[in-house]
Amino acid sequence: METTADKIKIGQKTVVKALACKGALRRRIIDMGIIPGVQIILRKRAPFGDPLEFIVRGYRLCIRKSEACQIIVSTEGDR
Amino acid sequence: MPYTIALVGNPNSGKTSLFNAITGTAQHVGNWPGVTVEKKEGIFYYDNNEIILVDLPGIYSLSPYTPEEIISRNYIIESTPDLIINIVDATNLERNLYLTTQLAELGRPMVIALNMVDMLKSKGIEIDIKALQKLLGIAVCPVSASKGRGIEELVETCIALIKESKNKKKAATIKANAPKSSRIMLEPQKSTFGVFDWKIKSAISAIEDVISNIDYAKKAPLFMAVKLFEGDTHSVRKLNLNAQQQRLINSILQSVPETEYVDRQMMVADQRYKYISNICKIAVKKHKTDEYTMSDKIDRVLTHKFLSIPIFFAIMLLIFVATFGFLGSFLSQRLEVFTGSLSNNLRALFESINVKPFAVSLVCDGIVAGLGAVLSYLPQISLLFLFLSILEDSGYMARAAFVIDRPLRGIGLTGRSFVPLLMGFGCSVPAALATRTLESERNRIFTILLIPFMSCSAKMPVYVLFCSALFKDHQPVIIFSVYLLGIFLAVLIGFILNKFLLKGEDTPFVMELPPYRVPTIKGLYLHMRERIKDFLLKAGTVLLLASIAIWFLQSFDTSLQFVDNSSESILAQVGTKIAPIFKPLGFGFWQASVALLSGLVAKETVVSTFGILYGVASESAQIWVLSSVFTPLSALTFIVFTLLYVPCYAAVFTIYKETRSIKWTTFSVLMQFGTAWFMSFLIYQSGKMLGYS
Repeated sequence: METTADKIKIGQKTVVKALACKGALRRRIIDMGIIPGVQIILRKRAPFGDPLEFIVRGYRLCIRKSEACQIIVSTEGDR
Repeated sequence: MPYTIALVGNPNSGKTSLFNAITGTAQHVGNWPGVTVEKKEGIFYYDNNEIILVDLPGIYSLSPYTPEEIISRNYIIESTPDLIINIVDATNLERNLYLTTQLAELGRPMVIALNMVDMLKSKGIEIDIKALQKLLGIAVCPVSASKGRGIEELVETCIALIKESKNKKKAATIKANAPKSSRIMLEPQKSTFGVFDWKIKSAISAIEDVISNIDYAKKAPLFMAVKLFEGDTHSVRKLNLNAQQQRLINSILQSVPETEYVDRQMMVADQRYKYISNICKIAVKKHKTDEYTMSDKIDRVLTHKFLSIPIFFAIMLLIFVATFGFLGSFLSQRLEVFTGSLSNNLRALFESINVKPFAVSLVCDGIVAGLGAVLSYLPQISLLFLFLSILEDSGYMARAAFVIDRPLRGIGLTGRSFVPLLMGFGCSVPAALATRTLESERNRIFTILLIPFMSCSAKMPVYVLFCSALFKDHQPVIIFSVYLLGIFLAVLIGFILNKFLLKGEDTPFVMELPPYRVPTIKGLYLHMRERIKDFLLKAGTVLLLASIAIWFLQSFDTSLQFVDNSSESILAQVGTKIAPIFKPLGFGFWQASVALLSGLVAKETVVSTFGILYGVASESAQIWVLSSVFTPLSALTFIVFTLLYVPCYAAVFTIYKETRSIKWTTFSVLMQFGTAWFMSFLIYQSGKMLGYS
């Protein structure tokens, strides 16, 4: 099932399908290693529900909801 | 000729520790002026070679989107350092090597300093360094920067490589004009070409040929070609391609078409990461370890849904109290007592040898008092930077930003703005300095503009004096409301600035949460020492000059005669001239405006100036005088005006130094004055209409 990274459950393993963002944000997200095929796991939501903490490539990355919603992920299996 | 080595790496990879470990504590560090991001240089000697180590800002990539990235890539391309040390966090190899693949394309000799190798065991990671070195085609030196291990070997490898590349270069120029000769000498490049598949590789090669005649491209042909392939506008601008070159490149790009979801920059990033993971598969072994690391356990508490906010406020309060409370003010007072007695002793000495009064006054009231004023900030700034370094080095700063980001976002700030704003309640000078921990220039300027709305501790005596004089029964309520008014206006003005002046420039909030680490004493010491030196040198010289200027205005009258009584001085004259401005605010008499003017020196002096001008020394006499010249309403507007008007010159100077912009400093000064006047006007006039006096 396809959804966006801000809507997944905590601890759920998902695989990035595509990025819907453009410009600086897209570049930044790509540079941080979030590209199609990579596994990302939502680890935590901040106390006010935003931003979100993800595990990507073995490290922790904090992204705001407004940015995470532009990362399209697939929740079925690993591929 | 000294060798130059550039130190490049990801944020949190231990770059500062490595810089300190290599250059030692006796380094010569100078901050580079004129740019938005700090860069440092350290000079050290090894084996009779003088080496300049340039510490470039921590970056994840060489994309041209953040000032840090642009500075780093322009430095390496334009200043052509003899060697790059790429510091790589061994515990987070995959993401760190992403930058490595880009650096290798710059065509400079490179050594990888594989940092934190001492932490690998506890993380269950095993790295085959020989294999890694072979696969990457780049020398890899294992180090532990914080423990100072492996540094000697690293430096040795660097020097050997620089010498080798210089010799090869000589040999290459003798051979002369072999095509792409510059590439033959550089080992890393050979392997780098394994990063891309044949389709992209041939496209990049073709682009390289097209731009081979452009001078700027000659410095890093491969890197430029990759950037053009990605469609990087910054590089296109720098290269200044002509129409024919542009056409050729466009036709080359068509051989690798973009799809709906995968554009060329994604292809490049994808192949870089694939290349890295192929290398890691061979060179890195990960043993299954406990899924929850120490960091996770700490995080379970510190970013807990309910606990995190109280913990955050407790830590902030603790830092605030320690900086401005007992410890900071104790040390400050000690220093003030010292400079006070120094001033008195000097005065006595000078008078005993019959030095002219104005010279005595220049030394004692101008220079020593001015230096004293600068020094009195020192304990608080040192303490603040100690705490900030602990927050930053331990990894909590990123968590604090994570926890508090959402509420601050409403007015366009980010989580990291909180600490500087809180410090503003103590003193605007260290508060503005604390904005250095912010991630973007826009956020720094934004935060600095809002800091003066946080009522600084020096304004407290003014509130207390006026409340004792006119609102004896309501003192706590009034003072608390004044603080709230400041915060309220900061939110309001922040909202307006965000909407109109500083909109849309925000960089995306994509932040790494680094693992928790215990800060090292040496690291904290070096960090603090640097900040203190910076403050004393830069602020000290200019603040001293300003103190002398203010002393002059306070000690001479308009015919340049030395005056004993400052009520006859130029400052007082100016005060008298500007008094009518304050008439609609309820305090249009010259004493009030002179007191406010003297508040530009330091806010506490507002109180003492009233004392001098009315010739009363004791607090009770001051209260009596004030209650006779101020009405409750005009006293209230005076308090509000004091809260909001232009901060002291030390703060204004720091704002200038930190924004590096006359435009923003002037804006800040005018905004503070405008807000102060308008709010006081509003309160006074509406108060009068409601029948108060």
